[in-house]
Parts: sequence; structure tokens; C-alpha cells
Amino acid sequence: MLKGVKVKEITYLQAITEAVDEEMARDPTVFLMGEDIRQWGAPLGEFKGLFEKYGGERVRDTAISETAMLGAAAGAAATGMRPIVHIMFSEFLGVCMSDIRCVLTKTRYMTGAKTKFPATIMSYSGAGVSAAGEHSTCPYGYMMAIPGLKIVVPSTPYDAKGLIKSAIREDNPVQVLYHQKLISDRLTGEVPEEEYTIPIGKADIKREGSDVTVVAIGLMVHRALSAAAKLQEKGISIEVVDPRTLAPLDKQAIIDSVKKTGRLVIMDEEPKTESASSEISAIVAEEALDFLDAPIKRVCAPDTPIPFSPVLEKAWMPDEEDLLKAVNEIV
Amino acid sequence: MAIEKEKLIDMYRVMVRIRTFEDRVFKEFAAGNIPGFVHLYAGEEAIAAGACANLRPDDYITSTHRGHGHLIAKGGKTDRMMAELYGKKTGYNRGKGGSMHIAEVDIGILGADAIVAAGIPIAGGAALSAQMRGTDQVTLCFFGDGATNTTRFHEGVNLASIWKLPIVYVIENNVYAETTPVSYAMNIPNIADRAVAYGIPGKTVDGNDVLAVHEVVGEALARARKGEGPTLVECKTCRYYGHYEGDTQTYRTKQEFEECRKRDPIPRFRKKLIKMGVLTEKDADKINQEMLEELDKAVKFAEESPFPEPRETLEDVYT
Amino acid sequence: MAIEKEKLLDMYRTMVRIRIFEEKIAEDFAAGKIPGFVHLSAGQEANPTGVCANLRIDDIITSTHRGHGHVIAKAGNQYSLAPMVAELYGRKTGVNKGKAGSQHLSDMDIGVLVAEGIQGTALTLAAGAALTAKLRGTDQVVVSFIGDGTLNTGRFHEGMNMASAWKLPLICYCENNVWAESTNIYDVTNLTNITDRAVAFNIPGVSVDGNDVLAVYKVAAEAVARARKGEGPTFIEGKTCRRFGHFQGDTHLYRSQEEKDECMKRDPIPRFRKRLIEMKVLTEKEADKIQQEVQEEMDKAVKFALESPFPDPEEVLTDVYA
Repeated sequence: MLKGVKVKEITYLQAITEAVDEEMARDPTVFLMGEDIRQWGAPLGEFKGLFEKYGGERVRDTAISETAMLGAAAGAAATGMRPIVHIMFSEFLGVCMSDIRCVLTKTRYMTGAKTKFPATIMSYSGAGVSAAGEHSTCPYGYMMAIPGLKIVVPSTPYDAKGLIKSAIREDNPVQVLYHQKLISDRLTGEVPEEEYTIPIGKADIKREGSDVTVVAIGLMVHRALSAAAKLQEKGISIEVVDPRTLAPLDKQAIIDSVKKTGRLVIMDEEPKTESASSEISAIVAEEALDFLDAPIKRVCAPDTPIPFSPVLEKAWMPDEEDLLKAVNEIV
Repeated sequence: MAIEKEKLIDMYRVMVRIRTFEDRVFKEFAAGNIPGFVHLYAGEEAIAAGACANLRPDDYITSTHRGHGHLIAKGGKTDRMMAELYGKKTGYNRGKGGSMHIAEVDIGILGADAIVAAGIPIAGGAALSAQMRGTDQVTLCFFGDGATNTTRFHEGVNLASIWKLPIVYVIENNVYAETTPVSYAMNIPNIADRAVAYGIPGKTVDGNDVLAVHEVVGEALARARKGEGPTLVECKTCRYYGHYEGDTQTYRTKQEFEECRKRDPIPRFRKKLIKMGVLTEKDADKINQEMLEELDKAVKFAEESPFPEPRETLEDVYT
Repeated sequence: MAIEKEKLLDMYRTMVRIRIFEEKIAEDFAAGKIPGFVHLSAGQEANPTGVCANLRIDDIITSTHRGHGHVIAKAGNQYSLAPMVAELYGRKTGVNKGKAGSQHLSDMDIGVLVAEGIQGTALTLAAGAALTAKLRGTDQVVVSFIGDGTLNTGRFHEGMNMASAWKLPLICYCENNVWAESTNIYDVTNLTNITDRAVAFNIPGVSVDGNDVLAVYKVAAEAVARARKGEGPTFIEGKTCRRFGHFQGDTHLYRSQEEKDECMKRDPIPRFRKRLIEMKVLTEKEADKIQQEVQEEMDKAVKFALESPFPDPEEVLTDVYA
């Protein structure tokens, strides 16, 4: 992937900052609004330094008014700007969900293409930091059920930077869901020195293999990769597919991998019901059933809210052990 | 309004209990003994203590992400709260809620809530329930300045006003919504003026003066109990610590920070009680000492309590 | 404030166009020719007419479920009614290709950003459009028309707070027709003057007779000037009433006969006509001629709609993404 180009090592957090910074420098219509943007660069610091660099007109602190932020993003987008709106934790998306479901994503269609909404929503998702029930959600499944919305879920610094830059340039509303644990774990990785983008809607094979396809999303990609290394020692070859974009989903990449391996496990950090894994399972069952040599397995969280205590949270989150168990059941 | 000596001392004790609790949480969090994140109430004790001293055990409160003080003032036990913060099985919510989600309905604590302003409509529902059941229970609804810019504030207060619900809204205006100064997020000098928009009384009070808070909230509660509807009380205060622990507070000037420390409601009340002859220096020191010991015990209780069993993850979703 | 004769006549024609449009739609809807549901603004014409007479074509409005009048007024009398009628008839030639229908008519070419069926969503959207104007340094203003029911939604509060804190060039114009669907606004709002809501944002709040087009024009002119100068938002209440029900088919039995009769008497169109005749801007004959011309225009627009094809079924899949 990065052969022949000059690279540098950066953190997942830096990748987010660089993406937004570069796009703001490139396009004066890009601006950012959210809570605690000015002082902290958002609570986890992903926009740090941007206020100093671009000033208060383009880096705007808002009141705690998610519905106003979302509506204003739609209004600004429809009138020629490219707003980035930071809705801090994914669970807060619920506060402004009708503005996302109705205004931002339906209006273009309902007006017969009279408008477009090049807006980017950025939110933290994911558990693993004892942030308790309202600050730990991965809302993949229910966001995927919104026609007109694109969703990117970067799992590495490379993906984060490339996908966020594409999201900002995209002429449609894009939800970026980045994982707070990848920030707090200070995940690092290589990115090109030169500018690059990653197309929205294209999956990435994070590890090639021949026995089992594991589709893993976000943080789960890393857990799948470490399980795959262990399984390799036992002679089981795992292919790890990272969809990177949940909408539009790169169905072909998943189906191609299943055709090769004949086995599918989906690892998804959501309560199982109506999760991204539900949709991926349905697609493969519908379009590639004949290629499956074993039932589809899903490694998800239980259908409960997310608990606070680290002991409970660990039990709640899908981990390597759960994946090893699922793979062993089908090979 | 004359307040009995016992009550005055009680209020003082509650304030010291809150401060001691928060100082201890500050220390234990910094030492890595508490997971997740915590938002401390230190500096704002006079509000919870003054307001809740008007309540009966069967009255309700709703709280916020910065909720430890409200819970203590409403009768929450420091050991079970501390155990919850440690993620232990013996915590109020069996380790499932943590700092931002403590609830104990039996003592009228409907819950802290981490979604800003989520408590406002919940308080409306509790007050509606009291009204429909024909009791004279009241609901005290605490929230911060940032919450008054939200949908829930507007819709919640409007409904409470038209239905004359027995609620007192207590705005803890500590000047910062996380890092954003009130003046940046809203173009209005006194948040209590927002009451005009709903046709209800609005009062602004020094939130670091426990007796002033007690009196203003007390009048509003009496009004609510008589069925005359809600009141908006804005308590002007300031935070001792940052928004959450770990916040370096670079957005606050040194001068503002020092002024906040000078406005500390606890020494101020202590001095007043001594002057009133309600308390001696020795009595006051004794209370401090008792609270330190109580918190030592609470931490010990939390430390020695077991973590929940992993299987408990699956419990409590449905009744 | 003297208003040129041309402008006065233009405003009168706009009001007549809205009325004739709405009455024809009522008739065709009752005859089963229009699918879905429609909300008519007959009786409220003076509000959008008086406001939009202050706006430039590059200024922006947002509208509501009761939006036909806003679009007609913002577009101006030179803009054909035909694509609007075709849209209501669900035709391919409709302004939104048959995808919007009555409740979502919009066209940025004439500065109509959206019409929203969810109360308040358009107000925050309008704040965003006003933010664009501010960020780009243009002197465009944005007017968000809302109904009284929207006053109690969170979006009103959040949107107006944002507009006030950021001094956005936004005017929130509330057409207070007293009825939020079937609910009397004063049963769900504990206020005598809804302009008291402006106090919460520390901005001017002005109440005006929404059936007096010249009064509306004047109040809106001040607010528009204020917004253009960068002095921030204004809240305006136009006290008005609707001649029809909430939607077509609504028997509006929740309104007393007396109130309905009163509303019919307050009709802004004969009132303005009389005034213009007194001012010698218009003769009876000229007024009748306007009536006749608009009637013909509407007949042609309906004919256009009826003769237009429906969209191709394949179009269901287009326009989701840009």
C-alpha cells in the first residue's frame, strides 16, 4: 500500500487533525463547529490548533445545541459551504437524529436534486474506556438504515486521514465515526508524506488469507488481526476485511473474499440485533449463499446497554477470545 | 426566616461531606483508582446543600454529569457512591452506571444523567406523576448553564409552565459549559430572564451563599407545593476543579480562578455560623475530621468490595 | 415610508395570486386530482407578501408545510405558477420533479431553501444559511417563516439562541394563526404576548397585524435593514388567521363559528384593495382586471400540470446522492 512513497509515522488522533487541517487550508468554504472546539480542539483534542490557525469564524464553538448545529450544518451546506459538525459522542446523534434523517439526508431527494448537502458529521464511537452507557456506543447499524447518508469508520491512521479528507470533499452528507479507544491507546501508523485520499465505498483487505473471512469494523479490526496471527500458528489462514465505509458498503469485496474462503465471521462492536453485522450477513446469505461451507458467525456485543465497571465492560465487548471461539466452531 | 440550629449545622455538614468526597475522588482518580471520567462539584456545594435542605425524603431530584453533590445532599451514602465510582458490585448501581449515572429512586434520586439537560423532561414527568397522584411532592431539577441552550430546556420548561407542574429548576451557572464561556454561547446577561419566555418567575441568587440559596429555592418550592407552578432559579457560582478531571483549564484566567477560590462557600458559611454562635471552631473542626474519617471508610469499603461478575453484564436489561 | 406605486400593485397581485392558487388547489384536492395532503395559506397572504417585498432574489427564505404563499411571494410575480402546480400534481415537470409535493416545495434559484414538514427544522437550517452569508461576507439576509406551533419546539430555542449569540442575519417570522393543527397556541404556551420569547435571546421581538400587508412590510423592512447591517436577528409575530382548516379535509370544528366569521371579515385582500383604491393607486376596474389575469394564469398552470407526464418509475432511484 505504501511502497515507493515517502512515509511518516503518526497517531490516529494526528491523522484526524491533519485531515481536517489540510482540507481547511485547501478550501475556504470548509468550516468546523461543535462544542469545546476552541479551547480543547474538542474533548479528545482532535482539532487542537485549528482555532489558532483559522480563527473563530471558521472554528466555531457552539452552545450545547445539537439540533441547531445539525440544522445549521444543513443550511450552510445547501448554500455553498462545507461544514464539519462535531457531534461529540455518537449517542448524542440521537439528540438531533430527525435533523439527520429528515433534513440532511432526504431533502436533496425530495426536492428532485435542487439541493446538495456536502456536510461532514464527526463523532466518537466505541467502548473500552469505562465511559459508561451514554458515551460508548457504536451506532453503525442504525446509521446504515438512513438512505442518503454515507458512513466511514476508519480503523488506522492511514484510513482516518484519507477517509476524512474524502468525506469533507464529498458532495453528500458523511458521518465519520472514529473510535475513542484508538485515540486513547495512541494507535500509530504510517501515512504518506504527500497528500492522498481514500475513496469512500472501498473496503480494504487488512490481511490476506484463505480459510476464513473475518469482516471486522473499527477497533475490531485490530482484535481480528491479533486473533488471525494466533490462528496462523495453528495453520488456519484468516482474511481480515475492513469495510472502512459502511454506507455505501463495498459488498463486492466481502463477497469476493467469501467466495475464496467459504467461511464468514463478522466482528462488530454493537449489540447483535440490527447491527452492521445483521446487514452484512443478510447480503452474503442473499448473494453468496452457495459459496458458504459453514454457517455465518457473528461476534458481537450482547443486546444490553454498555456497562461502566471495567470488568463488565470487558465482558461486554467482543474480543479475541470470542473470535477464536467462533472460528473454531466453523473450521 | 429563622432556621433551626440543627438544620444549619446539617447544611454545613452536607457541604463539608461533599467537599471531602470530591477532594478524595480527585486524589483517587489522579492515582488511577477510578476508571472512566469524573466531573467534580467542589465549589458549588452551597447550591445542593441549600436547595436540598428544603426537601422531604419523598421529594425528587434529577441531577447531572456533575452530580455527586446533589446525591449527597439528597441523602446518598458516600460509601455506596464511592463503590459505584470504583465500578464495584456494592455501588448504588452495581457498577453499571459509574460517576455520571448514579440513581437511587428509593431516596428520591431519579438519576444523574450524562446527556446534558436530559434531567429536565424527566423531572417534568416526576412532577406530573405527583400532580396526577394528588400528592404534594415536589421535584428539584438541577442543571448547568449549558443546558439552558438545549431543546430539552425549552420544551421541558414550556410544558411545566402550562401544566403548572411542581418543579423548581435550579440552574448552576458556573460560567463555563465545559470550556465555552456562557457569554459566547448565549447573548443574555441573566439566564433567569429566560423565565419570561415561559411566563414563570425567574430569580437570580448568589450560588455560593448557602442561606440565600436555601431561602430562594425554599420559596419556589413552597409555591410549587401549593400548585402554583414552576420557578427558574439561577445560582451564580464557579467550579473549583476543571470540567472533568484531567482538564487543564487553560481557558480560565488565573485571576478568575483565584477569585473563585476566594468565594469558597464553605469557609464563608463556617465563619457565619461561628458568628451566629451556632458553631464553635472546635465543633467545625470536628465535623471536618468526621467527614475525613467517613471518606476513609468509604474508600476502604469501595476498595474491599468485589467487582461484579462478568455474567452480570447480561442482567438488568429488562425487569 | 413611501412605497412606489409599482411595488404596491405588485404586492396586491402577489396576494391575489396566492389566494387564487390556494382556492384552486382546494377545489382540485376535493375533486381527488391532487395526491397526498395539502395545507393552505389562504387568509395569511399579507405575511409572506409584506415580508418578501423587502427581499432580493439572492436573499433566502425557509418555509413550512403551509408554504405555497411563501414560495409565490419570494419568487415574485414574473415566476410562473405552472411548475408549482405541476409539483402538487406529482408531475415530472414539477419544480421538484414530483418528489416533493405540497409540503416540500423549494427552489434555490429563487432563494427558497427548503419547506419542511417537521416543525422547526427549517429554522435551524435558516440559521445555517445566515451563517454562510456571514462567513462569506455577503449582505444577504435569511427569513425563516414558522407557525405558532413551532414556538414550543426545541429547534426554535436552539436556532434563535445560535442566531443571537452569533449575530446572524436571520429574521424569524412567526405567522401566528393561533391554531397549531387543532391545538390553540395559548393552551400550550403560558404567554399573552408570544414576542416575550425574544427576551430569552435578548433580541428585538415585534408584533404586527399580519393581515395588514403595509404594516407587515414596514416591520419587516426594519428587521431586514438591521440584519443587513450585521446587527443580528429579529423575531416578528404576524397575528393572522387561516380561512381553511389545518389541512384540506380538516373540518376545523375546534374553532368556533364566531372565530371563523371574524377571520373571514379580517380578509387582508379586500382590505388592501380598498386601501389602494383610496390611495388612488388602483381603480375598481384595474383590480378586477388583476383578478381576471391571475385567474387565467392559474387555469393555464393547471392545464400545464394536467398535460404533463408523471415521472418515470426509474426516477425513484435518482437524486439520492449528489
